Amino acid sequence: MKNTNIILASILVVIGVPVVRTIVETENQVTLIGGLVVLVAAAIALTHVPRLRAATASLGGWGEGNFALLAAGGVAVALSMFEDHFSLLMLATVLIYALAAMGLTLQFGYGGVINFAGAAFFGVGGYTAAVMSDLPVPSLIVLACGGVIAAVAGALLILPILRTAGHYAALITIAFGLLFQDFLEVNEALGGPQGLKVEAMELAGWSFNNSLAIGSFQASFFLNYALLALALLIVAMIFLNRINRSWIGLSLDMVREDETAASAFGIDTSRKRIMAFFLGNGIIGVAGALYAMMQNFIAPNNFGFGESLQLIAIVILGGLGNLWGIIPATIIIMVAPEKFQEFGEYRILIFSLIIVLILRFSPSGLFPRTMRSYSHDLERGQ
Amino acid sequence: MVIFVEYAFSGLMLGIMYSLVAVGFTLFFGVLNVINFSHGDVLAVGSFSALIAYVGLQAVGLDLPILCFIAVALAAFVVTGLLGAAIGGGFVVPMRNAPPINVLLMTMMIGTVLREVIRLGYPNGSNPKAFPALLPDTAIEVGSVFIRLDSVILLGLGLAVVALLDQFIRRTKFGLAIRAVAQDGETAQIIGIDFKQTILLTFAIGSGLAGLAGVMHGVYYREVNFSVGLLLGVIGFSAAIIGGLGRIWGAVLGGFVFAALQTLWVILFPDLSGYRDVFAFAMVIVVMTIWPTGMMAEMRSERV
Repeated sequence: MKNTNIILASILVVIGVPVVRTIVETENQVTLIGGLVVLVAAAIALTHVPRLRAATASLGGWGEGNFALLAAGGVAVALSMFEDHFSLLMLATVLIYALAAMGLTLQFGYGGVINFAGAAFFGVGGYTAAVMSDLPVPSLIVLACGGVIAAVAGALLILPILRTAGHYAALITIAFGLLFQDFLEVNEALGGPQGLKVEAMELAGWSFNNSLAIGSFQASFFLNYALLALALLIVAMIFLNRINRSWIGLSLDMVREDETAASAFGIDTSRKRIMAFFLGNGIIGVAGALYAMMQNFIAPNNFGFGESLQLIAIVILGGLGNLWGIIPATIIIMVAPEKFQEFGEYRILIFSLIIVLILRFSPSGLFPRTMRSYSHDLERGQ
Repeated sequence: MVIFVEYAFSGLMLGIMYSLVAVGFTLFFGVLNVINFSHGDVLAVGSFSALIAYVGLQAVGLDLPILCFIAVALAAFVVTGLLGAAIGGGFVVPMRNAPPINVLLMTMMIGTVLREVIRLGYPNGSNPKAFPALLPDTAIEVGSVFIRLDSVILLGLGLAVVALLDQFIRRTKFGLAIRAVAQDGETAQIIGIDFKQTILLTFAIGSGLAGLAGVMHGVYYREVNFSVGLLLGVIGFSAAIIGGLGRIWGAVLGGFVFAALQTLWVILFPDLSGYRDVFAFAMVIVVMTIWPTGMMAEMRSERV
């Protein structure tokens, strides 16, 4: 990193941390709205003002330095809330949903495979963790199993999805999502509508339900989950970033934009779509397993159609395929409805109205992705 | 056998309701190539506006059941028709060049808005509401089977409405305009068809049909619920797609196929009737695997 980059990075952390912290922690509606406006404005500035965009893009070449920045910022926010259960729970929830949204980004942001059953795969991960609670298996393996089982469950849909496209494919995933929730509700072995208990996360013999104590301070145990979710999110983002800049990412772009042209170029489009769908569901499943462990409890109504819509709304508002847009989008979608207590009963109404209006006036989301532009390179003679 | 006939008849009732919803989806897709997912909730708005109209008629003192039914159904048709035209004109038409997924998400969110407006706006709206018996419900005996008269009327009415719509689209000038826009919107504009007006009319008709389905749903089950639209919307969408998007009779076929699947499951496995929807949606996935663009395939295919 160059010196200017270090300065810019510090400025970003110094501004970003208090804003995010305020949004997550505040109970005051005016402060909350102010915080959200600042967040959206900052995110739009970073993605739309050419100089700022160039500056952030230059942080560590392909943006790997940005991940260190995110890590530093995330840890700072989490630590600053140290003892506050509710705020840390909220922060961890935001990070887990952002992780799940990364899976969807891989699916329809990169590969163009629409998935309206995000919450179902999230639920498969969660229920895997619940069923494995009784087994003497390390928690990290349970997380991995959540991902694997979710990916395998998605394999049921691969054939019909590959055979069709567009609205037809959307229907297949919608049908799967509803099928999954109905199934959970009537299946007594999985707890029926009452749901199941889940064991807490355990790492190297140490349960996450134990709180970290530093000196006389007693940390909330949600701090553990927030930090783990942050770590997983960053790993997923680095992974996606690397996919995106590799030949795989390039061919995924082609498959999404024009399948016919892609196959004319010899790209095995089915293989690319299968890969995106599999890996994406895997990421969503891991997120679901972690969420279940954090909540200690899961029930079918956590994994309905509305929750799938929430995930899709995150990905679309974040600008399809824009990794960085997902974070502000998740904060808006997860925190705002939770916090607008003053509007009480009306908050779902207000929330959906806001989404409708955003989509109506900015059809490609709040933070549209910058596409690869080769003509730009050509002009510069590269 | 008696039980079987009764199940079959209730399956037909479900089928006609699904068909009416599916026809709307297919009309919208035909003219604009978009999916309007708020359609199921428009149906719920239809049920509730019928309920309000009924309360209004009671207040005026009109108490003749059949007349009341006609007035109430007309009210639901008009309200949902206007609502549909507003959704189409205000939100769907401006979005027609956006990625399809964004339109899908937006209309789903409009559906949520409608659902919430009913829940919060109607007195005590989050609880199921009793719907008046507007049609004579004497039981008719056919052989040893008893069938409620009002269901027979509803079934006949539903089929008549679809047949009427079919004739409307085949034989009238408006129908010709709708077909022209569906074929090629730009050319239709060039030869002087009012594009916007045609689209709004289509949205009004399709949504009005959902409104009628909402009234039928209320009369048949004697109960309406604000959240009924989500499931009915997905089922209607499935039915439209099973039948092949963009074909009216395909949508009707899809509606009856979906209802038949559910009914068949209940007849075959009465103990596992809770899995009725699970089975029906699993079959949707299977149907899509066998016929990727529906049982009555789309005319044009981009597949290579």
